[in-house]
Amino acid sequence: MKAHIDKAQKIWARGDSFIWLTGATLAGCMIMISGLLLAILVNGVIYFWPSEVYRFELKDDTALFGEITDREEIIKIEKGEPVSYGFRIQVKRGNRDLYGDDFIWVNEDDIKSRSMPETLTVFERREWGNFYGTIQEFRQSGNTLATGHEKAFETFEEQMPRVEEILEEIKEIEKFKIGEINHDISDHKLNIRGLEMEGVKSGPEVDEERAAIAALEKEYEGYVTQLARLRSQLTPSLVVRTGDGRTQEIPLKQIVHAFQPNAFGWIDRCVFFVGGLWEFIWGEPRESNTEGGIFPAIFGTVMMVMIMSIVATPLGVLAAFYLREYATQGKIVSTVRIAVNNLAGVPSIVFGVFGVGFFIYFVGGTIDKIFYPEALPTPTYGTGGILWASLTLSLLTVPVVIVATEEGLAAVPRGIREAALALGATKFETIFKIVLPAVMPSILTGLILAMARAAGEVAPLMITGVVKLAPALPIDSFYPFLHLDRKFMHLGFHIYDVGFQSPNVDAARPMVYTTTFLLLLIVLLLNSLAIALRNRLRKKLTISGL
Amino acid sequence: MEPARSMKGEMRSFLSKNRQNEGTMSDMDTETVTESGEQESNIMVKIDHVDFYYGAKQALMGVSMEIPERMITAYIGPSGCGKSTLLRCLNRMNDLVDGARLEGRVEIAGEDIYDPKMEVSDLRKRVGMVFQKSNPFPKSIYENIAYGPRIHGVKKRSELDEIVEQSLRGGALWDEVKDRLQDSALGLSGGQQQRLCIARAIAVQPEVLLMDEPCSALDPIATAKIEELMVGLKETYTIVLVTHNMQQAARVSDHTGFMLMGRLVEFDATETIFTNPSQQETEDYITGRFG
Repeated sequence: MKAHIDKAQKIWARGDSFIWLTGATLAGCMIMISGLLLAILVNGVIYFWPSEVYRFELKDDTALFGEITDREEIIKIEKGEPVSYGFRIQVKRGNRDLYGDDFIWVNEDDIKSRSMPETLTVFERREWGNFYGTIQEFRQSGNTLATGHEKAFETFEEQMPRVEEILEEIKEIEKFKIGEINHDISDHKLNIRGLEMEGVKSGPEVDEERAAIAALEKEYEGYVTQLARLRSQLTPSLVVRTGDGRTQEIPLKQIVHAFQPNAFGWIDRCVFFVGGLWEFIWGEPRESNTEGGIFPAIFGTVMMVMIMSIVATPLGVLAAFYLREYATQGKIVSTVRIAVNNLAGVPSIVFGVFGVGFFIYFVGGTIDKIFYPEALPTPTYGTGGILWASLTLSLLTVPVVIVATEEGLAAVPRGIREAALALGATKFETIFKIVLPAVMPSILTGLILAMARAAGEVAPLMITGVVKLAPALPIDSFYPFLHLDRKFMHLGFHIYDVGFQSPNVDAARPMVYTTTFLLLLIVLLLNSLAIALRNRLRKKLTISGL
Repeated sequence: MEPARSMKGEMRSFLSKNRQNEGTMSDMDTETVTESGEQESNIMVKIDHVDFYYGAKQALMGVSMEIPERMITAYIGPSGCGKSTLLRCLNRMNDLVDGARLEGRVEIAGEDIYDPKMEVSDLRKRVGMVFQKSNPFPKSIYENIAYGPRIHGVKKRSELDEIVEQSLRGGALWDEVKDRLQDSALGLSGGQQQRLCIARAIAVQPEVLLMDEPCSALDPIATAKIEELMVGLKETYTIVLVTHNMQQAARVSDHTGFMLMGRLVEFDATETIFTNPSQQETEDYITGRFG
């Protein structure tokens, strides 16, 4: 008996069980994290893979075109017992303009047969989502040019590039030429208001501005007629028959892509996949963000993180240097240090509220009063914008930078400081030329943590400048090119908006996964960049020969 | 008591051998110390009744000595006896310690270094220091040497190149590193790093070189190299050496001071200290009866 106890004690003392416990815990964490990533990756990436389109022959002798998106068992509770009534499938039938809803649940019992005809065509449209049907005719200005699926589709493929060209031209005029005119006109109007505020109500200056506006308006008229001429050329359309026999005329200008996924081979599918991914990353959102790309959100996220880093890093580093190098270590400094550490744990929405109150209303409002009085009451800086959002996030992340830098400073060997001082360097020279380079890797560690936190933050951004759809990027071709007062889009908010605020939740679900995946990818990318930089510095600084 | 006596005997025979070697070399060299230990040079450092306090604790008690120019002066003594503190008083490194206070007078080349008008950075340029643990900057070998001259205003690349080469030659390291000046200094071996620190210290051309147990972390071969280097350097610099290793003091120094509990017990020519000390405490220490 005694020997047995000794043995058990020995095993406990040796710590085998502890090794198992620690190992299993780590394994558990790894499984959870990789499971999360895998779920996001699979669900997100599948979205771009062209899925088969079915023709369902129903028992009531109607037909239905669509993709299968889900399948589940129908279970009803009868007398307290669950009873299965077979399965039902969710079909994405599109044609929202006809049916009002993209998705429909169909009991499998109601399906007579299902087939995958190659002529079944999917139309990705600029509005109303996808359309599923078979092509009947190609029309131009009301005249039928081709009939039958094959001929009509051929004509469509011939005509489509010209239509796209015209659309491109229209976009160019609307966005850049007319955009510039509007921009200039509002500038001149603001100038007139500015003169009025100075007491100049008439005279050569005002006349000059008025003349400039008149000239611009004339130019604008010219563009309007040009636009009307271009639009009149956009008459070609396709007549498409749906599963239940209705026909619909789809103008070519509405079509983004038209394709027959059932006729796709492997290579076609891969090309389609890559194309879809490309468009998603570089395109602009459509249909209240549930379709199209998310480039503005990517751009907004990256730019906000950059501005945040530019502000937070020097602030945090300087503060940490004072705390560790110059301040007399004592009760006050310890209190400050604890406060800073705790600041890193303050809920982000608190920072958001502060950002609105301080940056937007106080700082922004003051800037407007001093520099943009002629635009008031329309705020220029006195409203949410990328600058205020970035500054709010810098406040949020400064403690992280301070803590990391301080730890780095504490780890700089006393020896190298003494060596520098013994060579006759002043304290400033020692800090600037010896300590700062040695602490650089720690600063970058702080920056990495700060960026990861900032890129993932949503709550404070929602009230300091993020919007669902920003009309323009914060950088463009109009002077002064960088518009820090503009509202912007952000991936984190995009996920929330698309996933939970969208009118078409089923259609938006894959977008949530892809956007999440992209957000993770961007955080990873930014971090890898900083880590690579840090490793290079470390390599340069600390190859230990001992 | 038998082993102690035999150690003393060993030390004597070792010393006489060392002196013999030096004697043969000094035939051509008029500047070397003569057999009797009489100095031919001026006083470089004058320490006059120095009391030193860390807060309330007194670390040095009435230390007075005169350190001659272009010679090696060694401080020996048990741990905590104040020898490092005394060394650090000479370039005011003790200023960095909170609550440190010095009474008395320290002169270097006739100037009171604790005069309020004295710029500490100027003083430290004149009084270089090599530390116990080699402490190269985490920079390239070149940058380590060039750092000192740069902060003292040397900007021209050619001039810096010249200083780096001269200093590395002075530190007996040039031949080993001349092909990899841009490599990290932290890639050097322990002994090389210490020689780099010596080269870095002499790059600003100090008058006095303080060495705080420079070999305590090194193996015997690296130690021998540094000792050789010290003997060479004393032609240009006044060296003050703190060491735990009595043989080292005996091998390289011209004068030795024995310290105990913050007092300078005895200060004399090295040979006298090791062969014929006037104080009982000194004899007890060097024969290994304590410490």
